Amino acid sequence: MSTVDEIAPIVVHDSARASRRERLRLVLRSRTFLVGAVIVGFWVFCALFGPAVVPDDPYADDILNRLQPPSSEHWFGTDRLGRDVFSRVIVGARDILIVATLATVLGTLLGTALGLVTGYFRGLTDEAIMRVVDAFLAIPIVVIGLLALTALGPSRVTVVLVIGIVFTPIIARTVRAAVLSERELEYVEAARLRNEHAPYVLFGEILPNVLGPVLVEFTVRLGYAIFAIATLSFLGFGIQPPAPDWGLQIFEHYGLLGAGDWWPTLFPALAIATLVVGVNLIADGLTQAFER
Amino acid sequence: MGRFILRRIALALITLWLLSVIVFVACEVMPGDVARSILGPTAAPETVEALNEELGTDRPVVVRYADWMAGIFQGDLGESHAFRRPVDEMIWPALWNSAKLAFLAFLLVVPLGIVGGVIAALHEGRAADRAISVGGLSAAAIPDFVWAVVTILVFGIWLEILPVTAQAPPGASFLTRVEYLILPALCLVFVLFGYLARMARAGTTEALDSDYTRTAVLKGLPRRTVIRRHVLRNSLLPTIAVVATQTGYLIGGLVAIELIFNYPGIGRLIVRAADQKDFPLLQGTVLVIGVVYLLATLVADLAYAYLNPRIRYGAAM
Repeated sequence: MSTVDEIAPIVVHDSARASRRERLRLVLRSRTFLVGAVIVGFWVFCALFGPAVVPDDPYADDILNRLQPPSSEHWFGTDRLGRDVFSRVIVGARDILIVATLATVLGTLLGTALGLVTGYFRGLTDEAIMRVVDAFLAIPIVVIGLLALTALGPSRVTVVLVIGIVFTPIIARTVRAAVLSERELEYVEAARLRNEHAPYVLFGEILPNVLGPVLVEFTVRLGYAIFAIATLSFLGFGIQPPAPDWGLQIFEHYGLLGAGDWWPTLFPALAIATLVVGVNLIADGLTQAFER
Repeated sequence: MGRFILRRIALALITLWLLSVIVFVACEVMPGDVARSILGPTAAPETVEALNEELGTDRPVVVRYADWMAGIFQGDLGESHAFRRPVDEMIWPALWNSAKLAFLAFLLVVPLGIVGGVIAALHEGRAADRAISVGGLSAAAIPDFVWAVVTILVFGIWLEILPVTAQAPPGASFLTRVEYLILPALCLVFVLFGYLARMARAGTTEALDSDYTRTAVLKGLPRRTVIRRHVLRNSLLPTIAVVATQTGYLIGGLVAIELIFNYPGIGRLIVRAADQKDFPLLQGTVLVIGVVYLLATLVADLAYAYLNPRIRYGAAM
């Protein structure tokens, strides 16, 4: 009996580590994941070091040189206040990445906790949560954001809270589905027979085994968060001027498209497009590796 | 089947009630002092008090909610602060305009998505499949207003083949009005194509792997016949469901699209209401959007159940 006790955990540990290494190998071999990682890596670099490396001050007005087309001096031209569009696009990665990541982390933490609890205990709370999910899903996230930001006034904190709270029941539903299949497995039964407390079974035993779906869900939601935040900024309710936010830059300049001044709109638009596509490619690569 | 329908309708009603609570809380409880949030921090306290009294927002929350609900049941959504007109009078024409735009988008994207998905499934794992799947999902990830910027530049300004606003001049013919809607509809097509193609692909792959397809192939039917008569019929079922669930997304997408193309639909109305802090109008538009979405998913579920004999004849669910 004692030998079994000593050996069993080691074997479990080794196979868990091997399967983790196998997953990592699958992820790294996925071309979609690598392309996505390079794109997102580029924008993360811009967010971290952008202010130090850009050629111009992204906030400095230069009214005499407003709306200059792209040239060797201003690679992406200048905007309606004469600010350097290239510098603003590079530095603009910071706000959206920080706000989107915080919102997604908040939603993932709350949603995972809620999903663990509802999936494990089931019953009435479970049913109630599902109805709340349905009600939230009936309104597009941009409209919920618009509603909340109108009521509370636009601010980064509000954006993070609103998107995090909308994500919570959605992520909870995914985690709940994973917990429902885990709770029938023997290791959960064993923990219960050892008389472990419910919180320990949930967070110590089940949580580590559902981290895969949680990670995939996090990446997918991060893409949606960037989408939603960019849209809210474009509508004028997200990040406020004079921040070099991409959605805001498009909001401030799309009226000039008809006059032929395309550069202050197109470059931030391409920045948003590459970032969301990058995040989605990462999510796609992770999904394929975890769902085999 | 009867029980299934009743259950679905009951769930939709519960969701609708929850939705009304969420909308009410967001518009009337979260701002705290409604008149203060409309007038701004510099307004005199007496003005704020007078406006609260005029709007009825000085009454207790429960009374206001009951009042609002009673109005809704009589088809009265209140009066817009900013435009001084009944909210429902403003919502219906806007909703009708949005419906026209959405209809055109669906008309374009449903056949495209299905064809794309079927092509991907028939070339599973090969280049055409990867291009359609990854390309479709990437296109769907890009926000609609980014697509709007790109399409306006390419088709409206550089090639000059399509108008860059969505509203045709008054008295324009039917075809001209459709022409004005093509660019905004195209943006929605880019965003919706990926989901539709993915569903159509999944349905087709499953049908291709099934026993009845193998039987059809083994009994010597030509490939075309097998695909048309056995595969497509079964693969299109899940696609129907996804078309309706995308309605909610579609309306969300309309917000930015209608603004950038200056189209007088429900999306632009929401942004205007939010800009003006016009809470009755905002409440009304958001509620109507929720109802449209719930109706669409309900109809989709019922249609799916009707088409799927396992649900039609079974007592399950």
